[in-house]
Amino acid sequence: MSAETQTPATRGEWPLYEVFVRGKRGLNHVHVGSLHAADDQMAIHHARDVYTRRNEGVSLWVVRSSSITASSPDEKDPMFAPSGDKVYRHPTFYDIPDDVPHM
Amino acid sequence: MVEPNAQSSVVRHSKPRTAGKGASKGGVVMTTQINETELEAQFAATIESKDRIEPRDWMPEKYRKTLVRQVAQHAHSEIIGMQPEGNWISRAPSLRRKAILLAKVQDEAGHGLYLYSAAETLGATRNELTEKLIAGKQKYSSIFNYPTLAYTDVGTIGWLVDGAAICNQVPLCRTSFGPYGRAMIRVCKEESFHQRQGYELLMTMMRGTEEQRASVQESVNRFWWPSLMMFGPPDDDSPNTEQSMEWGIKTHTNDELRQKFVDMSVPQAEALGVTFPDEGLKWNEERGHYDFSTPDWDEFWAVVKGNGPCNEQRVAHRKRAWDEGAWVREAALAFAENTADAAADTADAAADSTNTAADTTNTAAEETAK
Repeated sequence: MSAETQTPATRGEWPLYEVFVRGKRGLNHVHVGSLHAADDQMAIHHARDVYTRRNEGVSLWVVRSSSITASSPDEKDPMFAPSGDKVYRHPTFYDIPDDVPHM
Repeated sequence: MVEPNAQSSVVRHSKPRTAGKGASKGGVVMTTQINETELEAQFAATIESKDRIEPRDWMPEKYRKTLVRQVAQHAHSEIIGMQPEGNWISRAPSLRRKAILLAKVQDEAGHGLYLYSAAETLGATRNELTEKLIAGKQKYSSIFNYPTLAYTDVGTIGWLVDGAAICNQVPLCRTSFGPYGRAMIRVCKEESFHQRQGYELLMTMMRGTEEQRASVQESVNRFWWPSLMMFGPPDDDSPNTEQSMEWGIKTHTNDELRQKFVDMSVPQAEALGVTFPDEGLKWNEERGHYDFSTPDWDEFWAVVKGNGPCNEQRVAHRKRAWDEGAWVREAALAFAENTADAAADTADAAADSTNTAADTTNTAAEETAK
């Protein structure tokens, strides 16, 4: 562990992992929270104990929080604006007479 | 090689870089202030529309601090809350009861971890939270400063203490800070088991001997008032309530929740065959609620300030576990680091040997060519 990059508050802390659980077959993995673990294997074990004590899942993913790249809220407008002005991507954009069946 | 913790991680809240304070150039200050006003308006609009605030959103520093304090206190309560009941695991009367109690105490640990995880999204660190608890700088629910004198108390805690916690926590599922609300949803799903196992334990004892029934009544007498105090001081003496309601952190006042708990508990006590130690407890037709006497707030404040029966013991125990576990945390980290280094070395060595083999082949090929 490179101590110089840690603040006094986090020194000696196990790395932070984000946990994703697949609730049942057929569903996506969903983010459920985070935990600390020394390595990947321990993170899986801790995730089982913390997040799946009652059949909440059939599969777990853990990933170092530091490995996630996210869009920032500051980028909200430029990031998501393109989808706002493309109304033709939605089925309701198209006028079809009511008497046309199965549309 | 182990990566350092990324506390400035993309999924956590990081304090805004622009504060306006200390910025020297006039133009810079102007821009910053305009942004701040806009951000505040956005924040207020989100709260107003009952939408959720998420970790990376801009938020007023006081909102963040209030939440860190509340979520940390909640997390600490779950962790310290393991002690009074954990006290009885080795002395549970049957294997069935022991397995139930173990599962319950494990849940409390889990609840603490969900909540620490939520507090960390606000930029707090786990070490910092634990160290503040141990140093007495952050509080936990005063109910856990009362002792568990008999195994019966496990039942009473499940029924009344977890019952009160449910009253508090159900509305918090819709609190304005996303991670806190989501943690509360997980907690509430599990609390129902806690309350029911407690009530069933007491029902079983009430069907037992005269001595067992007396034990239940005695235990209920001890826990009734501290349970009512779990909702916090009365509304006119609760300085944070108004602001917390405005921010959507709290949705009900302490007194509203306390009344709800009393109304829920009275019929449960009747079904169980016990009474609550309050002569003033009676149905008020006009209000449509039970009237009840005022808890002893002097006792409440004394316990909050550290003078309850078990304050010292609870914190000392937590400190001991933290200190004595330090070598385990360090060893696990060192092991992870060494394993990662060894894996990297093996990969290098494998790459080297492939190169050597390739060199040999080349040499052989060259010689054949000659």
